[in-house]
Amino acid sequence: MKKVGNHNSFSRILLFCLAFSLSFSLVSYAQQAETSPAEASTEEAAPAEGVAAGDPTKGKELFNSLCAACHKLDSKATGPALRGVAEKHETEWLYKWIKNSSALIASGDAKAVKLFEENNKQVMTPFPQLSNKDIDDILAYTSQPKAAPATPANAGGQAMAASNDGGVNNTLILAALVLVLVVLVVMLALVNKTLKRVAAANGVEIPEKDSSVSIWKAYAKNQFLVLVTVVLLLLSGAYLLYGYLMQIGVDQGYEPIQPIHFSHKIHAGDNGIDCKYCHSSARVSKTSGIPSLNVCMNCHKNISEFQGDADSTYVEYSKEFYTAEIQKLYDAVGWDRANQQYTGKQKPVKWVRIHNLPDFVYFNHSQHVSVAGVECQKCHGPVETFEIMKQNAPLTMGWCINCHRETGVKVEGNEYYEKIHAELAKEYGVVKLTAADMGGTECGKCHY
Amino acid sequence: MASNKKYWKSVEELNENSSVVETLRNNEFVEEIPTDEFLGDKESLEASSTSRRDFLKYVGFSTAAASLVACEGPVVKSIPYVVQPEEIIPGVADYYATTIADGFDFSNILIKTREGRPIKVENNNLEGSKIKPNARVYASVLSMYDSMRLKQPMISGKPASWEEVDARVKAGLEEAAASGGQIVLLTSTMASPSTDKLIAEFGARYSNFKHVVYDAVSSSAAIDAFETVYGERALADYDFSKADVIVSVGADFLGDWQGGGCETGYTQGRIPKNGKMSKHIQIEANMSLTGANADKRIPMTVTQQKYALVALYNEITGSSVSTPAFPNKEAVTKAAKQLKAAGSKGVLVSGIDDVDVQMLVLAINNVLQSEAFNPNNARYIRQGNAKEVAQLVADMKAGSVHTLIMSGVNPVYTLANSKDFADSLKKVKLSVAFSMKEDETASLTTIAAAAPHYLESWGDVSIAKGYYSVTQPTIRPLFDTRQLQDSLLKWSGNPQSYYDYLKASEAVAATGKSWNQLVHDGVYKSSDVAPAAGGEVANYGGAAANLAGAKALSGMELVFYTKIGMGDGQQANNPWLQEFPDPITRVSWDNYVTVSKADAEQLGLENYNVDNGGLNGSYVTLEVGGAKLEHVPVLIQPGQAKGSVGLAFGYGRKAAMKTEMMVGVNAYTLYKDFNGVQSVKITKESGVHEFACIQLHNTLMGRGDIIKETTLKEYNEKEPAVWNEVPKVSLDHKEVPATSVDLWTSFDRTVGHHFNLSIDLNACTGCGACVIACHAENNVPVVGKSEVRRSRDMHWLRIDRYYSSEDTFIEDTELKENTSGLMNSIDTFGEMEDPSENPQVAFQPVFCQHCNHAPCETVCPVAATSHSRQGQNHMAYNRCVGTRYCANNCPYKVRRFNWFLYNKNEEFDYHMNDDLGRMVLNPDVNVRSRGVMEKCSLCIQMTQATILKAKKEGRPVNKDEFYTACSEACGSGAMVFGDVNNEEDTVVKLKEDDRMYHLLEHVGTKPNVFYQVKVRNT
Repeated sequence: MKKVGNHNSFSRILLFCLAFSLSFSLVSYAQQAETSPAEASTEEAAPAEGVAAGDPTKGKELFNSLCAACHKLDSKATGPALRGVAEKHETEWLYKWIKNSSALIASGDAKAVKLFEENNKQVMTPFPQLSNKDIDDILAYTSQPKAAPATPANAGGQAMAASNDGGVNNTLILAALVLVLVVLVVMLALVNKTLKRVAAANGVEIPEKDSSVSIWKAYAKNQFLVLVTVVLLLLSGAYLLYGYLMQIGVDQGYEPIQPIHFSHKIHAGDNGIDCKYCHSSARVSKTSGIPSLNVCMNCHKNISEFQGDADSTYVEYSKEFYTAEIQKLYDAVGWDRANQQYTGKQKPVKWVRIHNLPDFVYFNHSQHVSVAGVECQKCHGPVETFEIMKQNAPLTMGWCINCHRETGVKVEGNEYYEKIHAELAKEYGVVKLTAADMGGTECGKCHY
Repeated sequence: MASNKKYWKSVEELNENSSVVETLRNNEFVEEIPTDEFLGDKESLEASSTSRRDFLKYVGFSTAAASLVACEGPVVKSIPYVVQPEEIIPGVADYYATTIADGFDFSNILIKTREGRPIKVENNNLEGSKIKPNARVYASVLSMYDSMRLKQPMISGKPASWEEVDARVKAGLEEAAASGGQIVLLTSTMASPSTDKLIAEFGARYSNFKHVVYDAVSSSAAIDAFETVYGERALADYDFSKADVIVSVGADFLGDWQGGGCETGYTQGRIPKNGKMSKHIQIEANMSLTGANADKRIPMTVTQQKYALVALYNEITGSSVSTPAFPNKEAVTKAAKQLKAAGSKGVLVSGIDDVDVQMLVLAINNVLQSEAFNPNNARYIRQGNAKEVAQLVADMKAGSVHTLIMSGVNPVYTLANSKDFADSLKKVKLSVAFSMKEDETASLTTIAAAAPHYLESWGDVSIAKGYYSVTQPTIRPLFDTRQLQDSLLKWSGNPQSYYDYLKASEAVAATGKSWNQLVHDGVYKSSDVAPAAGGEVANYGGAAANLAGAKALSGMELVFYTKIGMGDGQQANNPWLQEFPDPITRVSWDNYVTVSKADAEQLGLENYNVDNGGLNGSYVTLEVGGAKLEHVPVLIQPGQAKGSVGLAFGYGRKAAMKTEMMVGVNAYTLYKDFNGVQSVKITKESGVHEFACIQLHNTLMGRGDIIKETTLKEYNEKEPAVWNEVPKVSLDHKEVPATSVDLWTSFDRTVGHHFNLSIDLNACTGCGACVIACHAENNVPVVGKSEVRRSRDMHWLRIDRYYSSEDTFIEDTELKENTSGLMNSIDTFGEMEDPSENPQVAFQPVFCQHCNHAPCETVCPVAATSHSRQGQNHMAYNRCVGTRYCANNCPYKVRRFNWFLYNKNEEFDYHMNDDLGRMVLNPDVNVRSRGVMEKCSLCIQMTQATILKAKKEGRPVNKDEFYTACSEACGSGAMVFGDVNNEEDTVVKLKEDDRMYHLLEHVGTKPNVFYQVKVRNT
């Protein structure tokens, strides 16, 4: 399963051939699909008019900042779905509830008590700071009708087509070029054939090439040249063999398929989550730690659907695809989305480990992250742009040592180093202290 | 020159008419080779659908497939927690305070856990912790991962659920109550206040309930004596740091005597301070660890020891009880005078299982008003009552016991009359054994109740009066186990869990600490303890008279002892302990009868080394009363008292053991009436026993530069140059100190850390706790008996034991220096190879000396071993190609070669061969593979971790913050590790001490490990 270097080059060729042949069949399909986004956009629902007097745009802002932590418009989260809540309750009652629900419940309001009990007795945060106008705005927002989804029959096709758009165009051009090339070759052959026939008919003799102009024979006779060639071949052979052998065990670019498609691009890139929010043990421990699923649930308790940024590119994955991946997380952690509670049925996720240091190497993340202050990206690459996580660095010993030789030690503000640095400076006049100066290239510092 | 000689192979050939010769001449093979069977008959061959071509195709295909598969790298899966516990961060160790109380070993300890797995035992250094862990306690963590453990309760040998067990036991108890049969709870010493209360509550429900406490190795006599004098079933506590003169009559107090744990106080007094150190006189039969550490050791049989004790009593109390004559009387009288002169600074202890002896000990200590003797903080860790156990067996035989519940005991293995016990167990209607294994007893009982290991249990222990400690689980139970206390609660209808019961117990409340604080500390010490009453009541004179009248035993005296590595045999399936060499005999994987040289000659017994270095010995049969123990290997032990032989408990177990660990003989079969001395008849057997003995040479041959030793007098009065001479070498025809000559230019080592380790030969008792701690920390493999015999043991840290060939080491040196001439030298050296009848003993822990000028580094062809600026000699396993040049060039012989793959290898079926056993491995240290050299790293993983901690906290490393596994484990403070570039560290002072010397200084290796000259107070 491990994809290393060119291990799968053969399959890549196969895939390319398949794509090439399929590209012809896609031409018609793509043209048909091209129309669907347009259809969808025409069906984009305009906001329904005059449900509430408030300003839905302002309401949306308020909703996102205050309510969205617990409520969603269309599905249950910690609190109930809020779309159309204004129709269900009187506005005056809602004012009271939102400003202080506990007081309302305590006052014995039957409706309030019922609602409280229906929602697992979760106390809603009171918002006394909201004015009635603000609440009207929010209600106006929640009263907007749901944007009608694209016609269900077309949904899948639309997604696929949308994601395939760029690819199809390229293939089309490629196919056209190939076609032109083939036509040209055929035409050339035909012209040649016709010319020969004409020549034969006209009795023009085409002089045969003198094939015995034997540069090869001359070459073979020159022993010096042969020797030089053999030596060159042997040397280049040895060089290639060495290159091949040296890449054994180097898994740079290893990009395995994971049980859950986790996009670092969405999390660290688009949403700007700090690496060490999830990989918190990198600060204190030897391992950076694959986050436990409860860390995912800190956010994903509320984010159950993918709400992609329209401006960003998500390669070839659709919203539905991502939502299904979030569902995989729920299955693993045992979260019942409908009832908003844990079922206790857990299925630990078996991630495929990407960065595999041999057992005889001791590497400690906290030394590099907390003490040296090395950015994660220095070794792991621009992870925030990786849709699929891969091994960015070769992780060879030479690569480690190189960095130890070049990188200065972060001495400032660390009393541990200050003393040693002062001593070293006095002894040897070292200005810039590197990890190697500190003994960071000694065997036993990493091999024990 | 041609010869007509006819060579014949057998007499039969000379007989011309022999049919045998004829047959052999015609047939090369005596029996016909079963070719048909191998090839198959022709018909079936032809009928087969597989042709020769097909066969070749299969071969080709499978080869191709195998090579294709090999091209792919393995996929490594990582499975994170679904919900990560708050206190666990993968990669960071957590420590929990707990207490071991397995009936034999009691100690307050810390447990290091990684990712929820306990991997190592460490010292709990908080105020109030009692008894430092010994080798067995350090190894106990591995016993939890024993793959032969009982994994669920069994009823009549079939797996059952706890509900079924409960139903069965409840019915049994009701029946017993109705029928009037006895209900007996037989336990080991638990010293647990809450359990005692629980048992009392449980027992109160039945009219004929009995709780019998049974120690496999009994201290019953000492307890009885203490009870007579002080009215409590307990043992006096001793603090040897307060004694100037220590006289021990057969008490191995540095070993397991009365629960052990005396070495911490003892060694404090043994390090010379201001020209003073304690004087230790040992009178004993077997050569014990304590005797080996004594300043003066007097070998005597136990009967003679009794007379000696009377002589001591006479001298100190001024009485005149006459005794028969006994050898070494002068020495004993001298000791008595010294003891008397020391007054309250003297102390007497004895390990003889005799109430009279123990009475005299109490009497003498009371007369002396000994400060070291402490009856106030009496020890509770031995409570076994020999009489009650004997009564129980009698009752069982009579059929009056209806229900027998056992916990932590294995009487079928440990009782001398185990056959009686096993037979009468059938008369017991319901027998339940709480046991971690389906051992000899649990396999015979109705119910084998799977008990958890102490690292999976809750509990509390009162090691001594005024001391209280808590046992807490450090891992979720590995198997379907339930501890005795929870079961008793269930059977008495109490819905509480034992955890809640313990938490609410009075003993916990009495500490005044919050529950969380108590569990965190693990220990509590009460400042006010009521002084013990009594001390005057007993009839001491009568006891002395009884002893004086003691008759010598007919035949030889068999004196039992426990090895520091095996104890009472509970952990016999622990490969670390089996491979642990006995400190005195240096034999691993065995027990044996120790015989004095004179007796061995008389009986025709012998020991000799064979060409591969292995030690061989004769076999004997031991006969005590009617009981015979056959096939006991013999080890000739210098210092063994003539007329006595020694035999260790704990071996010869067969049930629930891996085959490799079924070694030795069961000494308990001869342990009649819990008497540690038996009259024995010894008969030589045929056959030769192969020992796995680590050490080949026993004496130092007067080589003073390995172990330097001096007397207190010389140490006080003479210059260090006299008793700690720096070897001289010739440079430019001038004698100069070896330390001043250097082949290489030295590196500057003044910047950064520079680690040194000091070993004080005065404080080192040779107990070997460091050896096991090193095993646990560094994933040292276990290689098994036959490999150890081939000198392929893997211990990174060995404790060399040397005997003097004269009576003292100093006489050895003198003898060597006074020899002259070739013939004289050859004769003298030949004699010096043999240790004396009663030799002095010296211990010396040796491991990689981390030489600044390391001979191993210069010869490695691949630079796999190199030196660091921090003083550690590094070993890069992945670079090593296994030439073993380094081991050959090492003057200290501390490098160990992996001859085989010791993990995941069926041939080495120890803990590293099963998933459970591998859980004990330290994830910070590499598990070495076959063909590489390994050695002590000065625990570089620990020093690096300490440095990293300081760096993360942005501070310099604190005073004495560095430590290694061995220095941490050393309960006697003999090993001190530190950074010599940090002026505050203790090791700096030790390096400048007058006693400091390096091993083989003249070689010029400049080691970073140094020793302190041994001073004896003779």
